[in-house]
Amino acid sequence: MINWPNFVSQLFNGLALGALLALISSGLTIIYGTLGVLNLAHGAMFMVGGYAGYVAYTYTGSFILAVIAGSLFVMILGIVMERVIIRHFYHRPHEDQLLVTFGLGICFVEIVRFIFSSQSQIVPPPSLFQGITSLGFMFYPTYRLAVVGIVAIALAVLFIVLYRTRLGMIVRAGIEDSVMVDSLGINVYRVFMIVFGIGAMAAGFAGIVNAPVVSLTPGIGDDILVQTFVVVVIGGVGSFPGAILGGLIAGEIISITSMIDPSYAYVMLFVAMTLVLVLRPHGLLGTQGRE
Amino acid sequence: MLKQRPFLVEILTAVGLIVAPFVLPHLGFAPNTVNRILVWGLFGLGFDILFGFTGLLSFGQSAFYGTGGFVAAYLLTRAGFPNVLLALVIGMIAAAVTGYLVGLIALRRTGIYFAMITVAIAEVFYFVEFNPLAHWTGGENGLPGVPTPSIDLGFTSFHFTTGWSLYVFLAACYFIGVVIALRIVRSPVGAIFSAIRDNPLRATAVGHNIHGYKLTAFVIAAAYAGFAGGLLGSMQAFMPPDAFMFDTSGQLIMQTAIGGPGTLFGPLVGAAVWLFLQDFLQSALGLGAAWKLVLGVVFVLLVCFLRRGIIGGFIDLYALVSGKRKHREPAEEATTALTAEEEQKVAEAEIAKEPDAPAMAPPKRSGDNYSGPILQATGLTKRYGGLLANSDIDFTVNHGELRGIIGPNGAGKSTFFKMLTCEIPPTSGKIVFEGRDITGMNVTDVCQLGLTKSYQVNQLFTGLTVRENLTIAALSELRGKFRLDMFRSLDSIPGLSEQVERTLELVNLTKRPDTPVSELAYGEKRRLEIGLALATSPSLLLLDEPLAGMSPRERVETVKLLKSISKGRTMIIIDHDMDALFELAERVTVLQEGRVLVEGTPDEIKNNAAVQEAYLGGVHGELDA
Repeated sequence: MINWPNFVSQLFNGLALGALLALISSGLTIIYGTLGVLNLAHGAMFMVGGYAGYVAYTYTGSFILAVIAGSLFVMILGIVMERVIIRHFYHRPHEDQLLVTFGLGICFVEIVRFIFSSQSQIVPPPSLFQGITSLGFMFYPTYRLAVVGIVAIALAVLFIVLYRTRLGMIVRAGIEDSVMVDSLGINVYRVFMIVFGIGAMAAGFAGIVNAPVVSLTPGIGDDILVQTFVVVVIGGVGSFPGAILGGLIAGEIISITSMIDPSYAYVMLFVAMTLVLVLRPHGLLGTQGRE
Repeated sequence: MLKQRPFLVEILTAVGLIVAPFVLPHLGFAPNTVNRILVWGLFGLGFDILFGFTGLLSFGQSAFYGTGGFVAAYLLTRAGFPNVLLALVIGMIAAAVTGYLVGLIALRRTGIYFAMITVAIAEVFYFVEFNPLAHWTGGENGLPGVPTPSIDLGFTSFHFTTGWSLYVFLAACYFIGVVIALRIVRSPVGAIFSAIRDNPLRATAVGHNIHGYKLTAFVIAAAYAGFAGGLLGSMQAFMPPDAFMFDTSGQLIMQTAIGGPGTLFGPLVGAAVWLFLQDFLQSALGLGAAWKLVLGVVFVLLVCFLRRGIIGGFIDLYALVSGKRKHREPAEEATTALTAEEEQKVAEAEIAKEPDAPAMAPPKRSGDNYSGPILQATGLTKRYGGLLANSDIDFTVNHGELRGIIGPNGAGKSTFFKMLTCEIPPTSGKIVFEGRDITGMNVTDVCQLGLTKSYQVNQLFTGLTVRENLTIAALSELRGKFRLDMFRSLDSIPGLSEQVERTLELVNLTKRPDTPVSELAYGEKRRLEIGLALATSPSLLLLDEPLAGMSPRERVETVKLLKSISKGRTMIIIDHDMDALFELAERVTVLQEGRVLVEGTPDEIKNNAAVQEAYLGGVHGELDA
């Protein structure tokens, strides 16, 4: 017999995890779509966002400041990384880009481990969202509900930036054909830098928003990175709507499987990915020919 | 680089492995460290074939390392299997089978997708080991009590326990691993691996089933990983679950990149550097956990500045010191050494000289008894959304004919060629080649039937030499589209070197067979482009703008070349150089706006009003150079 409150609560968990994965994946996917670089340091940036927020929280005690600090710090980190290293790799093979971002990810993780040690750190949820909320038939942690809302707002902002602004139009055009954008007289390298910053910020924001749900460890980004890959493969590389759809699907698969047997969560995720690869090799919302 | 004197590398490896126990302790290597380096090195041999030679960067090798390790360890501990060596081999086979199944999924995509899928799959293995299979694998405790190997020869037996005693066994395994890897790399399969790394599109087009070869490389890498995983358990007397962790794959990749990918020994060198630095930074400098940060930084710097790793760096340095530098300089320099006048003379002499190579007759193929037209296309149409690139083209070419195709830019000439070689499927229509319907076939099979083309934009294997390029193309005709002759040397294939030499002569590149393609002059690259198509011995050869971008002198030379190639062969040539085409072709087809405008002898075409209209007065109103 299915335990209904438990099932619904897992649905909510899936929604929260899915929204989070959607946000991180959209960061990864717009960077890849525009720059053609798969950022393997993306998981590490998610983790750095959490730690930067943690530092800000320890000093100020304000969760809002922590969120702002976490996002901004990772954005700046992303921009610096793009300016100093990544931009020298645009004309090198994909494998080199993978290697260098992979190496940078390790450096970020080890720097954080060096400073904060491997012990886990706690960021408490903001006072407004502490405790649990009654949903009538069940109780649910208030902050997890709030995460869904916060991430939904962030995704909406990202959507507006991508689909309703001049910059967004250039970014989307860049995803289609960055050479063409360049020849239209738009400084595509500056756009690349901004996109890298925005994509990194998405990961950093997710990192600090997620921090109160889990405890922070330097390795927290590794699992997330793998899940993000699955999301992007399911949704279609370079597709913002695909990242959202893929994120929600992955989130629900993980939580619902976890309810039955947590050890099969990854197996089911993998089965879903394989099904998509077999039936729609370019992802649910991906377009053909983008490799 | 790996093809010097026979067995030189093998002998050096053996000497190195024998000398190591006497030298390394003085450098601060403990025997256990050396053993770990060997296991990583063996693991890396397979990975280097996959990444360094075939160009497939997998982030999921831990899956096979762990699979091989746990299968062997399970057999030896829980199942009470007595023979360590046999258990290692079974573990290796299990890993290879797993690699085959994983490869079927992961190789559906390339590049970035491939990397992401391998990561995800490896992660699944990790979780499966931990939970659903914990009963067999010991979950997070791993499998303790794995015995070390012993060999019983009947009259005497060897037992390899720890330290240098185990080293003997591991070194023997590594040596065998190197010998096998060298054979694979030097075999036709190895040549095709590097073709896939350099230009998968062209490797497909010259008639190799690259999916099959990629899967082969993947399985080879998995087998090496599985065997190394088994050795890990045996060496530590314990099979650790972290063999399955992502960090294992990551460390392998980093060690390979540090040592130098594509060298086979890179992973070994990388592992030595890695483990040495780890010990050194942790104990000597007291850096504690920060050692990995230092290694991470070293790795990033190497990827940025020394892409070919330590071994690659040494090779470049050696080339620099030993005066081999001229080898690496651009092709133009060789000719500018002559004065312009001399050069002119040489060129004229070359042009005047009839190529003495006999025209290569295409081999006998099943379609040869067919007497009708060699190629017949009916109603060929290609539609891209609203754009009609080709519409309802009927086109027939007879055996031995040399057909020209001209048409203004955007007339759909290249699209037409792509449909004929089955690179793109037609929206509607039918293509019959030597009496066989080839519509909907793929470009590899069509090439195997004897129909291929040279590309408008060069599609060469840029990292390889001229000879290697032609060898790869010739192999497809001599071996078919897929064959697993992994232990056969390239030299032992009958007819291969003859075919390569003949092609070299035909395209006039006999003087530069060992020059890397990246150092050729443009005209030479253009000729090699034709040579690649030619080396597959096609019975019908399509040439897409062979004269494009050539200087007037090169054009004269190439027209001459095309004439000599056309003996005993059917060819279709697209070009904008009408003088050349009218001189070469017996019949010319004019395309305009995706349709056949007119077809006839060069004279008929020259005097045709519609053609003049299309080129001079019509909608397009442009005269193409």
